[in-house]
Amino acid sequence: MKLELRGITKRFGQLVANDSINLVVQPGEIHALLGENGAGKSTLMNVLYGLYQADEGQILLDDKAQKFSGPGDAMASGIGMVHQHFMLIPVFTVAENVALGNEPTGVFGTFKLAEARKRVVEISDRFGFNVDPDALVEDLPVGVQQRVEIIKALSRDAKVLVLDEPTAVLTPQETDELMAIMRQLAKAGTSIVFITHKLREVKEVADKITVIRLGKVVGDAAPDASTSELASMMVGREVDLTVSKRQASLGDEVLRVENISVLDDRNQRAVNGVSFMVQRGEILAIAGVQGNGQTELAEALLGLRPVIKGSGSISINGEHRKSQASVRDVLESGVGFIPEDRKKDGLVSEFTIAENLMLNASYKSVFTKGLNINFAARKKISKDLVERFDVRTPSADHLAGKLSGGNQQKVVVARELYRKVDLLIASQPTRGVDVGSIEFIHEQLVAERDAGKGVVLISTELDEVLALADRIAVMYRGQIIGIVGPETSREQLGKMMAGVAA
Amino acid sequence: MSWLKPVSGINSEERVGFKSPIVMGVLALVVLYFFGIAGRSGQTVFELTRKQDLIQLPVFEIASAQLGVITGVIMLLVAVVSLLLSLRNSKTPIWLVSIYGLLGVTALLGWLAADNTVPVVFIAGTALVLAVPIMLGAMAGVMSERSGITNIAIEGQLLTGAFMAAVVSSITDNFALGIFAAMFTAALMSMVLAVFAIKFLAQQIIVGVVLNVLVIGITNFLYQQWLTEDGENVNFPGTLDIIKIPFLSDIPVLGPVLFENRITVFAALLIVPVLWFVLFKTKLGLRARAVGEHPLAADTVGINVSRTRFWWVTIGGAIAGLGGAALTVGNAGAFGREMSGGFGFIALAVVILGRWHPISAALAALLFGFSIILRVWANQVSPGIPTDFITMVPYIVTIIAVVGFVGQSRPPKSLAIPYVKG
Repeated sequence: MKLELRGITKRFGQLVANDSINLVVQPGEIHALLGENGAGKSTLMNVLYGLYQADEGQILLDDKAQKFSGPGDAMASGIGMVHQHFMLIPVFTVAENVALGNEPTGVFGTFKLAEARKRVVEISDRFGFNVDPDALVEDLPVGVQQRVEIIKALSRDAKVLVLDEPTAVLTPQETDELMAIMRQLAKAGTSIVFITHKLREVKEVADKITVIRLGKVVGDAAPDASTSELASMMVGREVDLTVSKRQASLGDEVLRVENISVLDDRNQRAVNGVSFMVQRGEILAIAGVQGNGQTELAEALLGLRPVIKGSGSISINGEHRKSQASVRDVLESGVGFIPEDRKKDGLVSEFTIAENLMLNASYKSVFTKGLNINFAARKKISKDLVERFDVRTPSADHLAGKLSGGNQQKVVVARELYRKVDLLIASQPTRGVDVGSIEFIHEQLVAERDAGKGVVLISTELDEVLALADRIAVMYRGQIIGIVGPETSREQLGKMMAGVAA
Repeated sequence: MSWLKPVSGINSEERVGFKSPIVMGVLALVVLYFFGIAGRSGQTVFELTRKQDLIQLPVFEIASAQLGVITGVIMLLVAVVSLLLSLRNSKTPIWLVSIYGLLGVTALLGWLAADNTVPVVFIAGTALVLAVPIMLGAMAGVMSERSGITNIAIEGQLLTGAFMAAVVSSITDNFALGIFAAMFTAALMSMVLAVFAIKFLAQQIIVGVVLNVLVIGITNFLYQQWLTEDGENVNFPGTLDIIKIPFLSDIPVLGPVLFENRITVFAALLIVPVLWFVLFKTKLGLRARAVGEHPLAADTVGINVSRTRFWWVTIGGAIAGLGGAALTVGNAGAFGREMSGGFGFIALAVVILGRWHPISAALAALLFGFSIILRVWANQVSPGIPTDFITMVPYIVTIIAVVGFVGQSRPPKSLAIPYVKG
């Protein structure tokens, strides 16, 4: 089916998320929609899927204008969508999820589970997905959950399949498998819209590339365009994708983790006997697919989450950390922490930037005058930090929640680096951040390293890991599969991320 | 107790604890000692059938203390089985727990009725009748909460139903109209909750509490001003006829308990399995559960979240209204001030105890019905024993059941969270 978007405009108040966007996807084509976080890709697709109503413009399928008042209409017209955050019900089985909204029914509206199962098995077999129709979705790995989403779309005879940032949660191997599936579907005639900000994947799989920046189409490109060409189209200026850094000059050991185990919220061992150490002047990257214990490890390092009693120890600057150390103790011992979810754990959205900047030192003399806040000092410090860390805001008295993702993250980084730290733990520091801010944050991390601090970078983005790390520890199911050098190949790292020891 | 077993690697299956055998063991010893060894003297007679029943079963007579010892020992054995199961890291099956519970109840009844008789049919039958309002209230709760809306207003809906059923039945002299009015008014009340929760995104607990207070106020006012003045005409509906289902009601014990009842009880016995069926076996139920778990996901497959929630809450309200009718025309025969007396709140607890499952919730409601009749009956057979103590027993059992066996229950994920589109 041929999909055409004509002059789609979508506004949210003052913000123009999509500005008269035109896009044509031919039948059987894999069409990549490339753009930074916040460029308006997802908004566009939600318009296409009927979740949002466009303010202007038309959607045409096979040259016929369509009117979608909800996702139901879009689906009925043959549009299927795999959302970035899966739209699956965790406590339902695969068959139930696939059938939902489109259930085979018998007398009294009884749900024919057997038929629903059959449908899943049939599609799963046709494309070699290998999905168990009776498995509970919450028990499945994300890669399989994604296939369930694809089956869901296919079971509704989707002729146009939209994949919104589908590789964000996948291992490199799973990504390759997904690309094979995409090619196979395209071959069978399905048109595919592949939304992403990852250049490598676009070049590998797309037939055609449309680049979006700040809500506008900035141009088309062929998949053989060079990476730097695509990147500069996406960002709007020349970008240097490589991070320049000197040879590491290693100093004393700043962090030693010995054989620690940590429980997750469901009381299962999320971290199991992990040991590593970090020296001053190096970046140790902890790589791995999301959900392999990195979150819990970071929280344990900070003292937010207890280490299982007697399981092991953490030493900072050669000093043994008490097992019941409070977060404040840890911070005072010279640790800076950039949490993985800045909206949830990094900032108070309803506070101003200045208030957020003093959060980790609210009790310290620089910000206080007796029992009061020293407003003058805070003003001066926050103004200074906003400039130094290039936070794009009219003033430090603006609400942190109103900033873009990149600028929010810069506030967090500024707060953590303002104090003198010996060790910086950065958990997913560039997730959902624009390229400009990514470059800036990467520079800051390297600067910390070169200033003789130890840096732990927890990242699921292999590109980021390879760009920054001096050593790479790969985590899989709560264990460190191996610690390797930065020259290790992507393939090798990919294997390790899937649990194959080095 | 983790030292008993080595920790088996990462992401190991949840280990079965020793809570069940410990709780069961302790309770068995309590029964063995207090009802058995230190029990009361005298014979206890268990009457399984009534004089008027077609088939007469022989009475079962035993010394009260002897019964305590026997049941206590068997309960102890069950606890040992549970311990062995726990050591093998498997859970104590629910049927075993049920047998254990029944034994405990038997021991308690036998102890209370030393030198007296235990009218089994009477106790079980009355427990069921008393449980019906709670049960139907709980079904309303299951329907509303499964679709994602907290319905604190069940208490008010029961009270509304009770009031309307009594008044409309009295005035029109027609029970059908009275019951219909009860269901209709309670459904309207649910609609108010639904509209506030869905359209105006109001805090659902607050709306529910306000509705409850409102209904208590209105019914109290009308009761005072109108029903007490003109009670003969507007608050004297009497009760529904008791219907005997041919043949089925002649089954010993079960027959008179289940098949010789008022229409309200039959309705409850029908609604519970029907709701189970709809919730778990039909398209409508699948969609309602999806809406309660992950409304955005439901929306993306074309399910109308607001409409689904609206109707599940509203129909739930009608069922709660029927529960209210069961209080007046189904049992008491007239409306009394605040006669729902917290049943609506017990129904909410029952929903959680039953883990949002209609059948389990209905069984939990029966437990509460039993506790009410137990207090009344115990006062008659053993005036010496403080009734407050007897009243406590079922609740202690409940707490133990919740802690020891039910475990952590998982509510619908989007319960009480308004769904905002876009």
